[in-house]
Amino acid sequence: MRAASCSRKGICISMIEAAPSSAEAAEPVADRAGRLLRGLAERLGGRDAGGGPILPARSIAGRALVLVIAIMTFLAGLTAGAVHLVADASADWSGALAREITLQIRPVPGRDIEADVRLAADLAGRTRGVEAVRVFARSEGEKLLEPWLGAGLDLSELPVPRLVVLKLAAGAAPDFTRLKADLAERVPNAGLDDHRLWLGRLKTMADTAVLIGLAILALVLTATGLAVAFATRGAMAGTAQIIDVLHLVGAEDSYIAGQFQRHFLRLGLRGAAVGGVLAILFYLMFSLSAQHFATTPGAEQVEALFGRFSLPAAGYLSVAAIGLVVSAVTAIVSRMTVYRTLSGQE
Amino acid sequence: MQPDVEHAAPSTGEEALSELVRFENVGLRYGIGAEILRDVNFSIHSHSFQFLTGPSGAGKTTLLRLILQTLRPTRGRVRLFGQNVAGLSKGELAHLRRRMGIVFQDFRLLDHLTTYENVALPLVVQGREEASYRAEVIELLRWVGLGDRMHVPPVILSGGEKQRAAIARALIAQPALLLADEPTGNVDPSLARRLLRLFIELNRTGTAVVIATHDLPLMDLVDARRLVLAEGHLHIYD
Ligand SMILES: Nc1ncnc2c1ncn2[C@@H]1O[C@H](COP(=O)(O)OP(=O)(O)OP(=O)(O)O)[C@@H](O)[C@H]1O
Ligand SMILES: [Mg+2]
Repeated sequence: MRAASCSRKGICISMIEAAPSSAEAAEPVADRAGRLLRGLAERLGGRDAGGGPILPARSIAGRALVLVIAIMTFLAGLTAGAVHLVADASADWSGALAREITLQIRPVPGRDIEADVRLAADLAGRTRGVEAVRVFARSEGEKLLEPWLGAGLDLSELPVPRLVVLKLAAGAAPDFTRLKADLAERVPNAGLDDHRLWLGRLKTMADTAVLIGLAILALVLTATGLAVAFATRGAMAGTAQIIDVLHLVGAEDSYIAGQFQRHFLRLGLRGAAVGGVLAILFYLMFSLSAQHFATTPGAEQVEALFGRFSLPAAGYLSVAAIGLVVSAVTAIVSRMTVYRTLSGQE
Repeated sequence: MQPDVEHAAPSTGEEALSELVRFENVGLRYGIGAEILRDVNFSIHSHSFQFLTGPSGAGKTTLLRLILQTLRPTRGRVRLFGQNVAGLSKGELAHLRRRMGIVFQDFRLLDHLTTYENVALPLVVQGREEASYRAEVIELLRWVGLGDRMHVPPVILSGGEKQRAAIARALIAQPALLLADEPTGNVDPSLARRLLRLFIELNRTGTAVVIATHDLPLMDLVDARRLVLAEGHLHIYD
């Protein structure tokens, strides 16, 4: 035993030179994502002083929690994607369709269809809020029927209705009761196809769907939080002796909470990565198969209603963001749980 | 071996300052059981060296836990480093504990860490960077004769090696007060004497030392203050 190296109070004031560990120096630098996550981990407060984790990774049953988090993230990712699809489709309807209204004039024996069309267009053009009136020529109307009837047919003998499309001024909400009354009186064979009515219903439905989606997201996040709280409590019970020793060597609650947070952040990131990647893969395959079906008949109508079935970039970003949020929730909930449990003890 | 130990009595001027521990009429019972400690009064001064003794079950470990504040007294007042602990927050208690080192009767080493990591633990929980303490820990491990056992987990250490690892952990943060609970309970007499000498050496460097033991022959090696617990009361033999 050497006393010489030890001065008063300073048991080991004189230190020997210790070579820095080569393991540290040669630590393989992980990819950028790894560094990003580590930065996030640090920012989330998992203070890490030197050495490895103080909590034994293996004694804390993390695999079940990782699975739960993966499932939750997957579900939340699917929900977020669906919300994006619906919201996008709804924006399309309101954007394009809402600004157009179609007048249909059916040919009736004994009436001059061309005069009816002109009259209807004239009446419509005088309605406030209508920006432009476009009369579809007969040939144009026939062209619209081509996909159904095939080209090269002589349609002149068929009673094909004529179309007048009214373009509404942006932001206007024209009153069509007057136009409807005028038309009923003077052009009874004209029908005002106001898709705004069913469009309004569709939009309400879409908005409701979006709200439901957001509610599901909130529920999934809450369930994740609860699962993490239970897992944290279990982990604390399993490491009670370690927590005791940490307290005895002078650890503050914040240090212990930080250790748990660090541990659970890691579990959260792992689960969220798995679940998020699966959700993204799901939507990639979804849009691939949608592209496949886009070549089949009937696809156009479906597309008009639901958009292109492919998740916009923002949708994928949302899935990634949900992964991060789930990880953050995991870390924060575990920290709070530790704090509350420890401050309840004495 | 020269068993006699001289330790300077604290000068009267700095007495109040150097009073590390002070118990005033402390009583303790676990739950609704009988009182384990009754009207216990004593102080521990800096630089002092004392044994805490008494038969098994007398309450030695209990008394150390009261000093360490993992137990609150049911009666009376405990002052640590001049502060009444009753009003302290958990955070403040943690900081007081950092000025004490404790060697547990059952070591309480963490099996999932290496010996090195166990010894470094008090510094790790203070948020110190490894680079700042690595050399210190290695030096201390060598000092207690565990230089070549640094990187093994405590489970494969012998009883005496665990004992020394626990002592090293108690010393690494250079505490003002070292509490050792039966530090020679698991070792042969020759190692017990070596450990005792280590504590004496430590005391010479300025650390106050309390050794709880019922090893009479060991105590006889040193002429030191004795705190004797018997039937709940503490008798002091200076
Ligand atoms: N957590 C506890 N709950 C209830 N009783 C306890 C508890 N810890 C200790 N005791 C009791 O308090 C008494 C004193 O115990 P303590 O461990 O302080 O004795 P000791 O002097 O350290 O004994 P030993 O020399 O055997 O270590 C014993 O009767 C013991 O059974
Ligand atoms: Mg005991």
